[in-house]
Amino acid sequence: MAATAKAEHSTDRNHHEGRGAGKPGRALYVVPFVTAPFSWIRPEPWGVHVVPADCWIDPGRAVDRALVTHGHADHARGGHGETVATPETLAIMALRYRTGIEDESGEMPSKATPIEYGETIRLAGGVDATYIPAGHVLGSAQILLEHAGERVVITGDYKRRPDPTCAPFEVAPCDIFITEATFGLPVFTHPPIEEEMAKLLGALGENPEQCVLVGAYALGKAQRVIAELRAAGHHAPIYLHGAMEKMCRLYEEHGVDLGELRLVSDHTKDDMRGSVVVAPPSALNDRWSRRLPDPTTAMASGWMRVRQRARQRNVELPLVISDHADWNELTATIDEVNPAETWITHGREEALLRWCQLGQRRARALAMVGREDEDE
Amino acid sequence: MKAFSTLLDTLVYTTSRNRKLALIAAYLRETPDPDRGWALAALTGELDFPAVKSSTIRNLMKERVDPVLWTLSRDFVGDTAETASLLWPESDAVEDDPANLSETVDALAGLNRTTAPKELPRLLDRLDANGRFALIKLATGGMRIGVSARLAKTAFAQAFDVSVDEVEEYWHALEPPYSDLFAWAADGSEPPDVTGRPRFRPFMLAHPLEETVVDLEDYAAEWKWDGIRIQLVRVTDAEGSAQTRLYSRSGDDISATFPELLDVLPVDAVLDGELLVRGTAQGGEEGGAASFNALQQRLGRKTVSKKMLAEAPAFVRLYDALIVDDNDLREHAWTHRRDALEALMPRLPDSHFDISQLVEARDFDHLAEIREGARDDAIEGLMLKRRDSPYIAGRKVGLWYKWKRDPLLIDAVLMYAQRGSGKRSSFYSDYTFGCWDGDPDAGGELLPVGKAYSGFTDAELKKLDRLVRRTTLNRFGPVREVERTLVFEVAFDSVHSSKRHKSGLAMRFPRIHRIRWDKPVHEADRIDALKALVKD
Ligand SMILES: [Zn+2]
Ligand SMILES: [Zn+2]
Repeated sequence: MAATAKAEHSTDRNHHEGRGAGKPGRALYVVPFVTAPFSWIRPEPWGVHVVPADCWIDPGRAVDRALVTHGHADHARGGHGETVATPETLAIMALRYRTGIEDESGEMPSKATPIEYGETIRLAGGVDATYIPAGHVLGSAQILLEHAGERVVITGDYKRRPDPTCAPFEVAPCDIFITEATFGLPVFTHPPIEEEMAKLLGALGENPEQCVLVGAYALGKAQRVIAELRAAGHHAPIYLHGAMEKMCRLYEEHGVDLGELRLVSDHTKDDMRGSVVVAPPSALNDRWSRRLPDPTTAMASGWMRVRQRARQRNVELPLVISDHADWNELTATIDEVNPAETWITHGREEALLRWCQLGQRRARALAMVGREDEDE
Repeated sequence: MKAFSTLLDTLVYTTSRNRKLALIAAYLRETPDPDRGWALAALTGELDFPAVKSSTIRNLMKERVDPVLWTLSRDFVGDTAETASLLWPESDAVEDDPANLSETVDALAGLNRTTAPKELPRLLDRLDANGRFALIKLATGGMRIGVSARLAKTAFAQAFDVSVDEVEEYWHALEPPYSDLFAWAADGSEPPDVTGRPRFRPFMLAHPLEETVVDLEDYAAEWKWDGIRIQLVRVTDAEGSAQTRLYSRSGDDISATFPELLDVLPVDAVLDGELLVRGTAQGGEEGGAASFNALQQRLGRKTVSKKMLAEAPAFVRLYDALIVDDNDLREHAWTHRRDALEALMPRLPDSHFDISQLVEARDFDHLAEIREGARDDAIEGLMLKRRDSPYIAGRKVGLWYKWKRDPLLIDAVLMYAQRGSGKRSSFYSDYTFGCWDGDPDAGGELLPVGKAYSGFTDAELKKLDRLVRRTTLNRFGPVREVERTLVFEVAFDSVHSSKRHKSGLAMRFPRIHRIRWDKPVHEADRIDALKALVKD
């Protein structure tokens, strides 16, 4: 425990090093005066532990109290005693995990505590939590934690591009910036969404007898693609795979206008000629797609920037549309936030770590488990 | 260049063979000469710009991007050309309508090792990411976009409604940008004049025999020798000067690698045979051929040293005669061609030629017995050839069979995994496995003995990939060291001693035969078991 011992005798943040900080000795909390900076926030493989409040950020296991950034399955899960999240995220979690819903006996096994953007709640142990828009999907938030004059921001997943379906990312200065790195490689630069919409509408116009089947993540990506199609002037009905319906309705209930949506299962092949059909990526090469009129297979994902990724999925029309920050946005955001330390939760952490080193920025990878390559 | 890079990009994303054919055919019809000829050369892998290597591109990139970020990106993308095209700094010099394909080809052909690092950046600066991808693919060769040379030629035939076999007949006598070929196919001019020029004839190939039983009345048997299949072609032109060429199975001209075979054929002929190196491993003293290992030392070289020629002289074991003295025998039955080959043998120097002997057996069961006996010889198995069959290009069912001997098997433990390339770039699909150097319960260690990247299904690949990620101990760039938890049953054709490997062994054609999810690692084989199988 050399690193811990060193930190105990120092209040200088710069001496707070490496992985030692992940496993501080018990004495750190007993004697607060000599506590190393940020000993109150502890990364574990299954989530970030807010020690004085004894709660977890995006834990991968069921815990008593969870602060959840957004509704994607690698961040939100069921079974927590209490979940603190934005009302939109809680609505998504109610749909997926029955969070905040009473069971048959009238009990509420999973309590839901809503918190609006910009609102601050006081947690146990003198920790304040504020939810700030992350621009990732409906309801997505960064969580700002303040304790003993120190500020920590956990981004969850985020993006910087405008998105008609959710509130835009806000920069929150902090001491420790805990960021994602899903697209943390310099090969990932997302093109303007207008270009990708033009590709999609171009393919649609070229083949009026066929349909374009767009694979898109059911939460967030699907609704964004639909909203962007509307913004690009495409007002024809859009057909949905059954698995998309509830989430689209939920978005509409939260004020996102998606235009006329129809279910594939209610229509014939001929109805769908010349239309856009949206389905989860898993349905693209599935037998389900046989009911469609000669579909051109498209996929909306940041991974489509890499040809081989598109080929793996037999995608004919790759659409580089991502709900995550690309390389330039990840690095520009770190520069803008300008934290004393950057912690990287998941993604291509090695490359972002390298970038931090090259810029003399203190950084570490947390090696979180169970975080999927979202956007697939 | 724009039309060409769009073609490449579209081809990458097209899965249907018919769609690919239609795309290439449309491009070949719509594009003027000589651009379409250069594109055809690129798609068939006929272009070579020796001044531009993959390493040239890597070096250019490392001057522009942090080397660690470059390597991480390259490992993720799985393709140097694509990684470079994505990471190349976007320049103000990007042109809407950059140089056309033939100007680009001229520029690349004019480069040498010194000028390439200066000139390539100028070419790249003028292109967008798709254009850069096309340029680098063009310059370094090896498109890897899911289009084989055969498919490109088929598309050519389709574009102009000519026969692909006829295209193949002319192909190897012609050079890019194939103006004669386009004049013939597209404009109805005379066929290209290929008389007096050596050219390759497509090989006749065999199907695996599997469960089939054949009657030896109808089929002749011969050994399947473990060398490389070649075609030796000699022609004499109008001026009376003779040329000999050696072609590999895919029709590549490998004459320069085996110069000792270029002035020993005394007649104009096209002969099919196995290229071997003198030795005793195959067929003992009598067979006179060394193991494939010995031949391998000579493959892929552009020049050959005197020492190498003396130590490992090559010769051809002849299987078939396609043309002898201007007589095209391909329409004739195998028996007729065999007679012609046997009649030819006395005219050939036995220093460089012998004939592949027929294996005589009473019946099929007897033949099976003989094949089993072949275990001791480093022979791949048997070939069965229909006696009344003409020589037909390609793999036609029922004419030729290969009856390989059963592979050797060992149980080995997964030790390292590496990301694959191409379609598998996101998967850990290349596996290094090891055997115990002593009793594993008494301190024995695992030593790597080989590497395999085939023999499993896509579903198994996913499962293996998950296991690798879950049990990673260490990362070394694209390689992960994993916990020793999994046993592979590895099949291989033979094993040889090798100085290059720590275990002192090199396996030939190792592949995963079965994944033994059930087997404890300490029950995997020892190195000694593998050593006992060595045939050098
Ligand atoms: Zn997410
Ligand atoms: Zn995520």
